[in-house]
Amino acid sequence: MDVSRYDVVVVGAGSVGVPTALAMAEAGLKVIVIDRNPSPGQGENKHAIGGIRATHSDAAKILTCMRSLEIFSTWEEKRGDDIEWIRGGYCFPVYREDEEKALKTILPIQKKYGLDIEFVPPDRIEELVPGIEKEGLLGGTFSPGDANASPLLSLNAMFRAAVYAGAEFRYKTSASEITLDKGMVTGVKTPSGMIEADVVIDAAGPYSPELCRGVGVDLPVVPDSHEGAITEPVKRFFEPMVVDLRPAPGSKNYYFYQNKHGQVVFCITPDPPIVGTDHRETSVFLPQVARRMLLLLPRLRHIRVRRVWRGLYPMTPDGSPLVGWNRKVEGLLHATGMCGQGYMIGPGIGEVIARLVTGSSTHDDGPILAGFDPSRQFLGAEALK
Amino acid sequence: MVQNRIPDHPILSPKGERAVRFRWNEKEITGLDGEMISSALIANDIHVFGHHEKDNSPQGIFCANGQCSQCLVLVNGRPLKACMTPLCEGMDVRSVDGLPSIPEDTDKAKPLDTPLKEVDVLIIGGGPAGLSASVELGERGVDVLLIDDKDHLGGKLVLQTHKFFGSVEDSYAGTRGYEIGEILSEKVRALESVEVWLEATAVGVFSDGIVGAVKGSEYRLIRPKKLLVATGAREKMLSFPGNTLPGVYGAGAFQTLVNRDLVKCSERVLIVGGGNVGLIAGYHAIQAGIGVVALVEALPQVGGYKVHADKLRRLGVPILTRHTVVAAHGTDRVRSVTVARLDESWKVIPGTERRFDVDTVLIAVGLSEVNEFYLKAKEWGMDVYSAGDAQEIAEASAAMFTGRIEGLRICIALGLDVGEIPAEWEEKAIILKSKPGPTREWVSPEREEGVFPIFHCTQEVPCNPCASVCPVGAIRTENDSITGLPYMPDLGKCIGCLGCIAICPGLAATVVDYRRDAENPTVTLPYEIWRKEVEPGKKVPVSDRDGAVLGRFPVDKVIANPKYPGTLMVQVRLHRDIAKRAVGIWVQEENREPSEIFEKEPIADSAVICRCERVTAGEIRSAIHAGVKDMNQLKALTRAGMGACGSKTCRVMIHRIFREEGIDVSEVTDRTDRPLFVEVTMGALAGERGDGCE
Repeated sequence: MDVSRYDVVVVGAGSVGVPTALAMAEAGLKVIVIDRNPSPGQGENKHAIGGIRATHSDAAKILTCMRSLEIFSTWEEKRGDDIEWIRGGYCFPVYREDEEKALKTILPIQKKYGLDIEFVPPDRIEELVPGIEKEGLLGGTFSPGDANASPLLSLNAMFRAAVYAGAEFRYKTSASEITLDKGMVTGVKTPSGMIEADVVIDAAGPYSPELCRGVGVDLPVVPDSHEGAITEPVKRFFEPMVVDLRPAPGSKNYYFYQNKHGQVVFCITPDPPIVGTDHRETSVFLPQVARRMLLLLPRLRHIRVRRVWRGLYPMTPDGSPLVGWNRKVEGLLHATGMCGQGYMIGPGIGEVIARLVTGSSTHDDGPILAGFDPSRQFLGAEALK
Repeated sequence: MVQNRIPDHPILSPKGERAVRFRWNEKEITGLDGEMISSALIANDIHVFGHHEKDNSPQGIFCANGQCSQCLVLVNGRPLKACMTPLCEGMDVRSVDGLPSIPEDTDKAKPLDTPLKEVDVLIIGGGPAGLSASVELGERGVDVLLIDDKDHLGGKLVLQTHKFFGSVEDSYAGTRGYEIGEILSEKVRALESVEVWLEATAVGVFSDGIVGAVKGSEYRLIRPKKLLVATGAREKMLSFPGNTLPGVYGAGAFQTLVNRDLVKCSERVLIVGGGNVGLIAGYHAIQAGIGVVALVEALPQVGGYKVHADKLRRLGVPILTRHTVVAAHGTDRVRSVTVARLDESWKVIPGTERRFDVDTVLIAVGLSEVNEFYLKAKEWGMDVYSAGDAQEIAEASAAMFTGRIEGLRICIALGLDVGEIPAEWEEKAIILKSKPGPTREWVSPEREEGVFPIFHCTQEVPCNPCASVCPVGAIRTENDSITGLPYMPDLGKCIGCLGCIAICPGLAATVVDYRRDAENPTVTLPYEIWRKEVEPGKKVPVSDRDGAVLGRFPVDKVIANPKYPGTLMVQVRLHRDIAKRAVGIWVQEENREPSEIFEKEPIADSAVICRCERVTAGEIRSAIHAGVKDMNQLKALTRAGMGACGSKTCRVMIHRIFREEGIDVSEVTDRTDRPLFVEVTMGALAGERGDGCE
């Protein structure tokens, strides 16, 4: 069996593993990323809808995603790849006092961390989303700094940058087990050989629990599945990501935006959640989401849906990620449980992780690492999940 | 009104719909009520329906089958496929230049729950296989729902004006394809337990065992106990510069325009591919009054039935084997095409390029199974079956058999006591699927007295209607096998009824009659082109089996057998030296020589592989050179396969590029296919009812 030696082995070449590998390679570490899929982003990244927002309800996510937005927004300028970036903002239209109250309650904390967000009147919402149902519209929030981009293109661009920075990638390679010596990580065993490293980063998303179970770590990550879809391209008719937080029978919120090609991309949160790792598309999703979207924006009736898919949200009890060193297994660093937000959190958290691994965490990393601490007590619940 | 239509087709007659006025880009023009908008536009000589948003390339008809979105137009403000949208009086139709806009529409949504229908058997596709399976199931009282995306049953049988091969008793040999479609449809219509949904497009199959379909404008869900996929085939495309210009399309699309809609979509065409599909398309072109400059085939010989190739040659169409298409030229549509000779290693021989002025290039380089429903249903663990071309590409006569076999198989799976599937059905299906055998030398009978048939049929194909039709039983096939060549053991038994000429699908039988004048016997020749060209007294160019003209001779008499009215029997008196060699009549006498030598070496990398997203061969190659071996990553990087059609056309072409780059396709991760296989409006999905013509 081949044995190779690295500073860090990352398990998972997805939304989190790839930008983390990039940040670490650029920090001078010898990094290898392994993934059981044949190419980058073929796990859950390619199922991502493409929204990138700092509009969250807690400091850790707000700060991480503000950094992600910075990385995404300057990517083409700095690195040259088109990632189909559009700063269209996020709009949460409101029709009920429940949602008005919920959104207004978190405004102060959002503003405290520097978010550009306001609760705007109905006529402003109508400007942002022309044709939106006027009846009962109470207004809503708009955060113009939020954005969207192509998960497929950005992840491949980050992959190329990571390779350029010296990171290695090994595909069609699964981690059979994390190996330990006296409670300390020694590497990862794969079917094609042993990879030795003092640090193993668990960026396996929904598959983190099975990866970590072997070393006695019971991760509170439970994947559930959401279906998404994309339409044919049409001329741009609205700018922001639109999120409707209202619940309805069978579903919670749903959201949609128009990507750079003019295609509307959308997704709904099933209620109750569909727990498990089943990726198989069902007949339920399209009629369910189409009815809700048409009630909000009737002109969508004329646009044709092209393709549907299912993606997994690796959920944690409080809706926030698990990022940080494992307290029991030395050398094991979790970067998982992104709760469906790995794409927007990945680039920002990748830099935080690189600093953590190189022992150079900054003061600003503090609230992020505290909020995402994998050993935290899961007491709160994220308001905008 | 002067329109590009075919009012005097030798086999088909116009249905006589009323003319309706509609607007195209604000100009008022005329079409026929209920015909597909694409056909109405082409009849008005409009071939460019819009321009692609990526590179402004002209877009026009491609599949003519609702599978791609190349023919998108704005109909009353809404983007719709021209090939699947019936024309109504007063419609406002506009080109889609760049991305279409969706109308400003604030009418409140009226969403409804989507109805779910439970059935024992769902059959997708009302072509030869689906209809035949429906008959087997329906005759045994099984609850069947048959859905088809067109407005009438028959599938591609509707487009077939030629007589079918096979045997009379099993597969309607000697009957024209569209007539077989009508016969089978009638049978199905008479069955009480078979419900038929027309204009109902299956769009996806889901993991909960449910099939989604759009019926008219309504989205429906169907949960079958058994699913039979009889969705037929789609045409393979070729990669060459200019391959997406309007005017480059498949033979099936062409047959849809000329034979279903009687639209003369072209003045002059070049056909690429010498399989049966290409050969038959050439024949259909001539019947439609469209010139065929040549048929090119890369192999040293045509792959289709020799009798089909001979039929074309006898009409005056050059068949160029060992030739390929190099490029199509034009800015808004095809204006010319370059072909060239190939060497032993399939490379173009420099200096052999020839350019023909044509407005259409038909690609007939093979078919692939429409099997996405079958594969998905299988993946979901449904009890799924396939028949016809969806199971294995073969002739329609074979599809009728596999349809029957699968129909019976489903009966058995449902627990019906139907006995066993007759062993001879399987045998017959295999024979009907078989490739044609080697060509043998034609041997002329020595006899020069009395009356007798001559069979210019020298290649073993599964066909024997001549033996079935002979009233005195004088015609037999070798070893009495359906693939044996026909012969008449005792030529003296012939009564000169001409039945074998009338029924022969290959138009390969003649009758020579020495009784009146042994020196200048009367020869009866089959003919299926315009009657006005063979009026008695008119001198016609009579050709031998290979298409060489023997001379021009006056027509004596024209006879039509009332049972087979499409095949005229033209009698000429020929000298005994040539009488037995005469087989057909040339119709293409006009000079169709290539116009100029093509000098520039075209850049093969500019060929478009993914036509929905306009991804070129060059872009695919550079991704492969960068190390991509996963079709999903290739899609992420280039968008190849991300378009409306879902990689129906480009997948096979991308595989070919991998092979050309020296990569074993088995090492390449195939793309993940997902529903929907055909796009559906959100309005339909939300349960809103469409408006149709009002």
